[in-house]
Amino acid sequence: METVRTQALTRRFGELVALEQLTLAVEEGEIFGLVGPDGAGKTTTMRLLTGILEPSSGEAWVDGLHAVRDAEAIKDRIGYMAQRFGLYPDLTVQENIDFYAELYDVPKAGRSERLERLLAFSNLTPFRRRLAGNLSGGMKQKLGLACALIHTPRVLFLDEPTNGVDPVSRRDFWRILYQLQQERVTIFVSTAYLDEAERCNRIGLLHQGRLMACDTVDGVKGLLKGALLEVQCESPRRAAVLLRAGKVGSVALFGDRVHVLADDADRGRAAVEAILRTEGLACHAVDVIEPTLEDIFTSALPSGAA
Amino acid sequence: MSGLNFRRLVAVARKEFIHVLRDPRALGIAIVLPMIMLMIFGYALTMDLDRVPLAVWDQSRTPQSRELVSRFEGSRYFSVVARPGSYGEVEDTLARGQTMMALVLPVEFGRRVASGRKVQVQVLTDGSDANTTTLAISYADAIVRNYSQEILVEKARQLTGRPPALPLDLRFRAWFNTDMESRIFIVPGLIAVIMMLIAALLTSLTVAREWETGTMEQLISTPLRGSELILGKLAPYFAIGMVDMLLSVLAGRFLFDVPIRGSLLLLFGVSAVYLVGALSLGILISAKAKTQLLASQFAFVATFLPAFLLSGFMFDIGNMPRALQVVTYLIPARYFVAFLRGLYLKGTGLAQLWPECLLMVAFGALMLLAAVRTFKKRLA
Repeated sequence: METVRTQALTRRFGELVALEQLTLAVEEGEIFGLVGPDGAGKTTTMRLLTGILEPSSGEAWVDGLHAVRDAEAIKDRIGYMAQRFGLYPDLTVQENIDFYAELYDVPKAGRSERLERLLAFSNLTPFRRRLAGNLSGGMKQKLGLACALIHTPRVLFLDEPTNGVDPVSRRDFWRILYQLQQERVTIFVSTAYLDEAERCNRIGLLHQGRLMACDTVDGVKGLLKGALLEVQCESPRRAAVLLRAGKVGSVALFGDRVHVLADDADRGRAAVEAILRTEGLACHAVDVIEPTLEDIFTSALPSGAA
Repeated sequence: MSGLNFRRLVAVARKEFIHVLRDPRALGIAIVLPMIMLMIFGYALTMDLDRVPLAVWDQSRTPQSRELVSRFEGSRYFSVVARPGSYGEVEDTLARGQTMMALVLPVEFGRRVASGRKVQVQVLTDGSDANTTTLAISYADAIVRNYSQEILVEKARQLTGRPPALPLDLRFRAWFNTDMESRIFIVPGLIAVIMMLIAALLTSLTVAREWETGTMEQLISTPLRGSELILGKLAPYFAIGMVDMLLSVLAGRFLFDVPIRGSLLLLFGVSAVYLVGALSLGILISAKAKTQLLASQFAFVATFLPAFLLSGFMFDIGNMPRALQVVTYLIPARYFVAFLRGLYLKGTGLAQLWPECLLMVAFGALMLLAAVRTFKKRLA
């Protein structure tokens, strides 16, 4: 069953088209990642699906309810964590969760057990009396998640939930999401981190308001045509410039390595070695590698290139 | 908009209470600011004219001239602060602002008074402040006229052997403000102005703050309704506003010694209605402005200035140009000023003040409805 479905969903802000003709479907119990750079339209999509922003055209359904006509009914069934999460810094951890529990009209019966579970789940139990403003970034995000989960939503919308959170807290955060998935909660998450996108069941690549690809992570990687070469050489920065000028394929710099997307592995390797030799740069290795999502982005998205 | 969920409303109210209680500055503004304003305006805004600084140049130096000067010295309206010896010095004291008025008695004053002939007394005034000068001149006129009359009476007595009966005898009594002290008139109006400003300022920040910090996006993604949010937010500020009202009334009674002649129940009942209107106006401004700075500035301009200038508190509405008089009907503070003055000074009740009360109820209801209606659970 499809929990989230959009049909040619479009939102304009004056001249700017923030989201153009988005059509996608997310299955129940799936972790779906909306991946794209800043300004790609991720937040707009989230706001349209949670019924707090009206589309310019197109339609969307969440858990079978129409995002515009049944916007208020949707709100009972979803949990939403906005990019700047709405925690009240002058309320304690427990007060924040209690506040949202009341807003969602969570029955008193069984509520304290749920609260305890959520606190334990997010390792916040020792901090329940601490003011939310005094929590670390990672703990704030976990508290935000706990607030969004207090009413046991069917669908969870998370807008860049781990933005600016340290790696350990991010790992904890994802551990919680996997547990939720076991409970058949559908999770719609947006992220600009590609390593994080790899944790999703399926992803949609969003760029300048358009959905460039929508598939499993491997499926999206398979969209990359040709062979990806990783070049280890002297002065990689200069080498990247030379290779780009030499038109051997799409070139991107990854740290001290240069990635080259060539049509053919062997011919590409020969061309790379030839160019570097002519310019007098020592070439240590040229290997064919598996593409990462970052490679997809840098080669597929023209202006997103490094 | 049907189906108000009381639990959600209470949750919002409780959260707002916590915000206020944990923010000493907000609490300070809520409680201390109205008291400071009451002190400043209550003491500074006295319209009574007391101890006008006076320069006296007595060129006559006779018992007659000293008698007139002593009457000025004995009056609570004047205080002799300079004794110049020339017109140059008289002008100097006026120009420097040391005095506001100068009394000049000619050399022949004593002689002419003694011989029963007419003599001129010169009064020079600093006319910069027309109102005060007019008042001061009328006081001076009264003193001189009084002295002049006594001389006349004395002369008649010497001629006829008995004092003459004056044809007219004015006896006046001021009702409601027997001692005619302006603070008794000012304080009730001041309370109306302060309550309007404080109430709107208090709530003007609350919705704008949620937009600014991003918590509003979260709130509108929940089933919380606009009416629950607005009413929930009003609750704690209503409580604070009523505490302010109580403090203002207490300060008026015990600090400024302003008696309350009307019913206390009516006083607080109508204040509650007025408060709901002013608080809702603040919420309305806040929901529209979406930033705290803009909201608080707008709330100040939209409430304080009209309440101060156009409510009849500072300037009598009857003396305003016709067009401005029409505008004052739109200023809710106008009705509250009239209500409080009536209740405080004359002890009037609903029998006389029902039109004002009815209009305040209309104002409260309209603002509350507008605040609830304006709030949209949508971004952009």
